[in-house]
Amino acid sequence: MQATDIANPDYFHKVVDCQWACPAHTPVPEYIRLIADQRYADAYMVNWHSNVFPGILGRTCDRPCEPACRRGRVEEEPVAICRLKRVAADFKGDVSAMMPRPAVQRNGKRIACIGAGPAAMTVARDLAPSGYEVVVFDGEARAGGFIRSQIPKFRLPEAVIDEEMGYVTDLGVETRFGQRVASLKAILAEDWDAVFVGCGAPRGRDLDLPGRQEAAANIHIGIDWLSSVSFGHVTKVGRRVIVLGGGNTAMDCCRSARRLGGTDVKVVVRSGFAEMKASPWEKEDAIGEDIPILNFMVPREFLHEDGRLVGMMFEKVHAETDAKGRRQLVPTGEQLIRIDADDVLVAVGQENAFPWIERDAGLDFDARGMPVVDEVTMQSSNPRVFFGGDAAFGPKNIIWAVAHGHQAAISIDKFCRGEDVKLRPPPMVTLASQKMGIHEWSYDNDVSLDLRFKVPHQEKSRALASIKAEVELGFDLALAFKEAQRCLNCDVQTVFAPKLCIECDACVDICPVDCITFTENGEEAELRTRLNAPAHHLFEDIYIADGLKTGRIMAKDEDVCLHCGLCAERCPTGAWDMQRFLIDLAQVSPQREHSCAR
Amino acid sequence: MTYLPKPRLHHPELPRNDLGFTRRDYEGAISTLCAGCGHDSISAAIIHACFELSLPPHRIAKLSGIGCSSKTPTYFLGNSHGFNSVHGRMPSVLTGANLANRDLIYLGVSGDGDSASIGLGQFAHAMRRGVNMTYIVENNGVYGLTKGQFSATADRGAKNKSGVANNDEAIDLVSMALQLGATFIGRGFSGDKTQLVPLIKAALSHRGAAFIDVVSPCVAFNNHAGSTKSFDYVREHNEAVNFLDVILSRAEIVTEYAPGSVREVTQHDGSVLRLRKLAEDYDVSDRIAACAYLQHRHAAGEIVTGLLYVDPEAEEMHDYLGTAIEPLNGLMEAELCPGAGALAKVNAGLR
Repeated sequence: MQATDIANPDYFHKVVDCQWACPAHTPVPEYIRLIADQRYADAYMVNWHSNVFPGILGRTCDRPCEPACRRGRVEEEPVAICRLKRVAADFKGDVSAMMPRPAVQRNGKRIACIGAGPAAMTVARDLAPSGYEVVVFDGEARAGGFIRSQIPKFRLPEAVIDEEMGYVTDLGVETRFGQRVASLKAILAEDWDAVFVGCGAPRGRDLDLPGRQEAAANIHIGIDWLSSVSFGHVTKVGRRVIVLGGGNTAMDCCRSARRLGGTDVKVVVRSGFAEMKASPWEKEDAIGEDIPILNFMVPREFLHEDGRLVGMMFEKVHAETDAKGRRQLVPTGEQLIRIDADDVLVAVGQENAFPWIERDAGLDFDARGMPVVDEVTMQSSNPRVFFGGDAAFGPKNIIWAVAHGHQAAISIDKFCRGEDVKLRPPPMVTLASQKMGIHEWSYDNDVSLDLRFKVPHQEKSRALASIKAEVELGFDLALAFKEAQRCLNCDVQTVFAPKLCIECDACVDICPVDCITFTENGEEAELRTRLNAPAHHLFEDIYIADGLKTGRIMAKDEDVCLHCGLCAERCPTGAWDMQRFLIDLAQVSPQREHSCAR
Repeated sequence: MTYLPKPRLHHPELPRNDLGFTRRDYEGAISTLCAGCGHDSISAAIIHACFELSLPPHRIAKLSGIGCSSKTPTYFLGNSHGFNSVHGRMPSVLTGANLANRDLIYLGVSGDGDSASIGLGQFAHAMRRGVNMTYIVENNGVYGLTKGQFSATADRGAKNKSGVANNDEAIDLVSMALQLGATFIGRGFSGDKTQLVPLIKAALSHRGAAFIDVVSPCVAFNNHAGSTKSFDYVREHNEAVNFLDVILSRAEIVTEYAPGSVREVTQHDGSVLRLRKLAEDYDVSDRIAACAYLQHRHAAGEIVTGLLYVDPEAEEMHDYLGTAIEPLNGLMEAELCPGAGALAKVNAGLR
């Protein structure tokens, strides 16, 4: 194998699994250390810089970081990264002084953002402080988009949305709320230098089955029903409720129904339990509120009597793998199952709809009716129009919307300067030794053996009594500290200097997870078979260093390294060092001309 | 050394041996030796060997004297019996323990000061008595605890850290063990565990006095140019006579070798030592030839390593003495007080 090029920013970035997995590349271990250090405001600002909505995401994020967390590979469960983010938001105090100031001088460029969801608000936050005049349009009276209309208040209190949207509008962003944009052509005809479309995926899929028309009064599209609940238009639901669908919207629907009078709420899903799209913790929470999840049942008919819905018929199926290895749901041949219900909530997916974008507005659409958007630059086929969030590639989640927003803002900035949007700015990387003394490091390298702590929940009877009572109470400071200590500090990297190594094996002997091997070089596939411990996770790199006196190589499997620093402590020559890797991904900044990257 | 205990978390696929233990279960407390000390590698090799042999930790007794090397039993086999004895007196204590309970596996750990200076007499007598044990000397050629004076195993002409040459002839413990009748003799290097681990495994499964001299560089006081026990010097002058595999059961033997290149020695307990020859004509069962070979290579400046001598049919101390098979702590009143008839018989034999 070739020696590893540790100067490539991606190499160590990838070792920080959580940060690499986060679409917005939030420096997770960095803010977790700040929480352990009781610097909640600083922890919040590290988050805010990367993901803009720490308080919102700390309650609602899809947490791609947690399945990636190294802790989950060496122990049972990952660090509760998402809930620690909420700790930073809950205990930060007043951070207004740490926020950027509105630009003193405008640069004369005008940007229109369509929609006030997370993607558009990220674009606004990134561009406004550098002098852009950003105007955000939204049909609703307040910012937030789907965050406000779809996420039930018992998961995300309104005050949190108001606060974090406020930090963006305080940057001198103009809002035109209560104005739904009806025509892209009309917008393009105005003198905007660039237009960002972040209007979400606003149409819930319907289910066209027998009885759909006749029982229409008691059949509701999930996302529409959720927003009616959110804005107070719907305040009760029938006693017996069927929720169709296995995604997070279905989970929000069933739990909302439980709070609005539904005492017998069931979720019915076509697929198996494991294949459901809902996050595992959302399924857990629903089950915890006495909502059964019935799997492998395909809806066949809405039953109605005298124009009123009375129930539904379902067909039992099971999963089979066909000759081509594809998984298919095949009817079991059993009798159809009848479930009585007063209301049905249909949450079987969303589709994008752009009724306000004229097909002759100069944008290309693909066969599925989605705009053609560059995945890196977020630019559409009309160079002046950029997309992000669910509007770009269909329904994803908030953290992806934020990531899109950052990229779109960079593109818009480059576009307005007349630069090539395809040339992306490089990240800022710092790698600094954490050595403080012979056995002292600037980070807490003692690996905690605690198992994951559970977030305290509101008592069930109280939680179910109100649609607005927040269910999760968040970690208190004592629990937060203990959970923070579970973080392995994967951003403190093991950096190896082969010239200093005397091949004494001290690091090999001390490593608690056997990740270091000194051996003859070979091809990766073969080399992986003769390391000191199995190295099956091909995604995790092997750190290779050559130039040793014996002609062997040092091969370190990054997979389960605890970043405990014992290799560096046992090293007599300082060939191993623990160095903190900080990667600051490029964002639009007012001082861009003076910044440098190395 | 480090201030932190080694984290208990381990690799998720860490293998288990026949007893259900992982290698980590054979570890001890965290080492307080200098960072990079060769002794820590030897501790790791002992841990590997005991794990691979599936030895029950509570059936092992580890004994040592005084010195850096003699501190190491704290750092391995944390669930075994341990005895940290007086300087140079480990062999006596081990012999006594063995006489009282022959059922335990005895592992003596000593250093060049503990065995070649203050304990030289003890070393010699334990060897000639054929005590069933594994005796490891962690040999760094210096007194590390007193800041780097030459020890009795330092080679003549070797230089200390300040550049002064040693004028005294070195004691070669391997040659002594050969002369004194040890029945398993090997030499290893702390920087080469692929060689050392099988040597320790073979020694632990040998019945009789097994001695291993392990060259173990002292990173603090004896790892400089001019030292003959530095990592670089030993790597350059290491002349292994064979490569050893220890095979615990016949069924595992699958690899084919060219005829004549491999020799297999079956030990008392059925384990097979498979020796792949590196030095042509070296015969591990010829004590006299081994002595000559060692002298010869030493004169050429080479350090001979590998399994140097083994007698698979060796007898041990209990065979010579005809002692009770049952450990003393297992002898009950019936055996200890056999009654007037037995006494009369003994008395009659003395008339």
